Amino acid sequence: MELLEMFSWPFMQRALIAGVLVSLCAALLGVSLVLKRYSMIGDGLSHVSFGALAVAVALGITPLYFSIPVVILSAFFLLRLATSGSRMGNDAAIAVISASALAIGVLVISLTTGMTTDVDNYMFGSVLAMTETDVLLSAAVSAAVLALFVLFYHKLFAITFDENFARATGMRVELYNTLLSILTALTIVLGMRMMGAMLISSLVIFPALTAMRLFRSFRGVVLCAGATAVLCFGAGLIISFAESTPVGATVVVADLVLFLLACVIQWLRKKT
Amino acid sequence: METNELIVCRDAALGYEGRAVLSGLNLSVSAGDYLCVVGDNGSGKSTLMKGLLGLISPMEGSIDRAAELKNGAVGYLPQQTRAQKDFPATVYEVVLSGFLNRRGFRFFYTAAQKTAALQAIGKLGILELKDRCYRDLSGGQQQRVLLARALCAAGRLLILDEPITGLDPAAAQDLYKTLRYLNEKEGMAVVMVTHDLRSALENARMVLHIGKKSWFYGTAEDYLRSPEGRRFRKEEQ
Repeated sequence: MELLEMFSWPFMQRALIAGVLVSLCAALLGVSLVLKRYSMIGDGLSHVSFGALAVAVALGITPLYFSIPVVILSAFFLLRLATSGSRMGNDAAIAVISASALAIGVLVISLTTGMTTDVDNYMFGSVLAMTETDVLLSAAVSAAVLALFVLFYHKLFAITFDENFARATGMRVELYNTLLSILTALTIVLGMRMMGAMLISSLVIFPALTAMRLFRSFRGVVLCAGATAVLCFGAGLIISFAESTPVGATVVVADLVLFLLACVIQWLRKKT
Repeated sequence: METNELIVCRDAALGYEGRAVLSGLNLSVSAGDYLCVVGDNGSGKSTLMKGLLGLISPMEGSIDRAAELKNGAVGYLPQQTRAQKDFPATVYEVVLSGFLNRRGFRFFYTAAQKTAALQAIGKLGILELKDRCYRDLSGGQQQRVLLARALCAAGRLLILDEPITGLDPAAAQDLYKTLRYLNEKEGMAVVMVTHDLRSALENARMVLHIGKKSWFYGTAEDYLRSPEGRRFRKEEQ
């Protein structure tokens, strides 16, 4: 009964719909990113997204219209960097970009609107901040991400497993890597509103890691990651409402608990 | 180009950013050939491989590849990457992905491709591993899986990049046996880059030795009489 009451609030309904969709997208893409050793890209992108959001607010533009193109561009750039093996070292380059974006974002906010609850919202997310347009946009973009993921599932598997083979047999690896980076960027921008810049990357990484500990096939891992993400978001949202804790952090802790559980299961399986 | 020729290099020079790593390359691979490419580290073996796969184009001369190769019908066995070692995917999933090149705008695998994938798995004697996870297999078994995937992609040519790296001697011999079977019974042309010269000479019909200064390209018997081959024989004794 209490659960029904909880979701009679319109903001809770919005949070649930948008959250489940975005978590699902993040988890599916996360499998590819984690296996390709690109986990840090998710983190880097969320910080870029934060910087873009801050600049957009300062300029008085609708945040999403500004941050989506900026983040897509940086996603493209970061993936390039990760595959090219630059002189600087990929992880160092990503750290530099993400710290710079974060710093610029904080500076812009403090010079314009001042360090208010806005910053807190962007950093750690807020369900209350979700408007109806946010939800509609999230739903539309998530639907597109899911459709593209299903259609290109086999190709994404091939480039995740073995880029060299795919390239040698004439697959357009760059095209699919670009697709992957655009989908990741979109998911991160949408998820940031809810989860915040500091925590969104966990939506990408945790479900994949949990699923990899439990399943042996790629399809199994993908499906399990999706299910894990939805379950953890639902649980996190409900607990955060009941206990008045921040949504983002609660969802991440739910993910962490499930991950530790998966580690224990894996350990027990190995012993027997 | 004649119909049974798969790759023909004429005075080809290969390199990066205007600097040639290899030049004056003349060589032809026909259906049913077995060519081993040997040479010191840094002599340009992997550059040659990229040239043969069409990933880089020659700076001078020409590398002609049969039309089927341009469509991706090449069975490539790349070196394993670190990420692959713990990749969660079943053997069947990995082998099926060999068909992706020919699928064009198709999004899913056809029934015929699924059957062919099982046949390739059977040919390499790993049918009982079909549903096992790739990361749980031994090095030799993983190579067989990748070879089965290469067969799905291949029409008439297999290109292998240091396939025995990391295999124990028994697994390496197994792989050579499998390759000889595919070459002799299935008529698959084999081009292999390797540093295992002794086994290469036992198996290959043609040898390409890339040295820092000198070249050798000819049959395995002639190789042993060449200056490069004599140096190898001296090291053996």
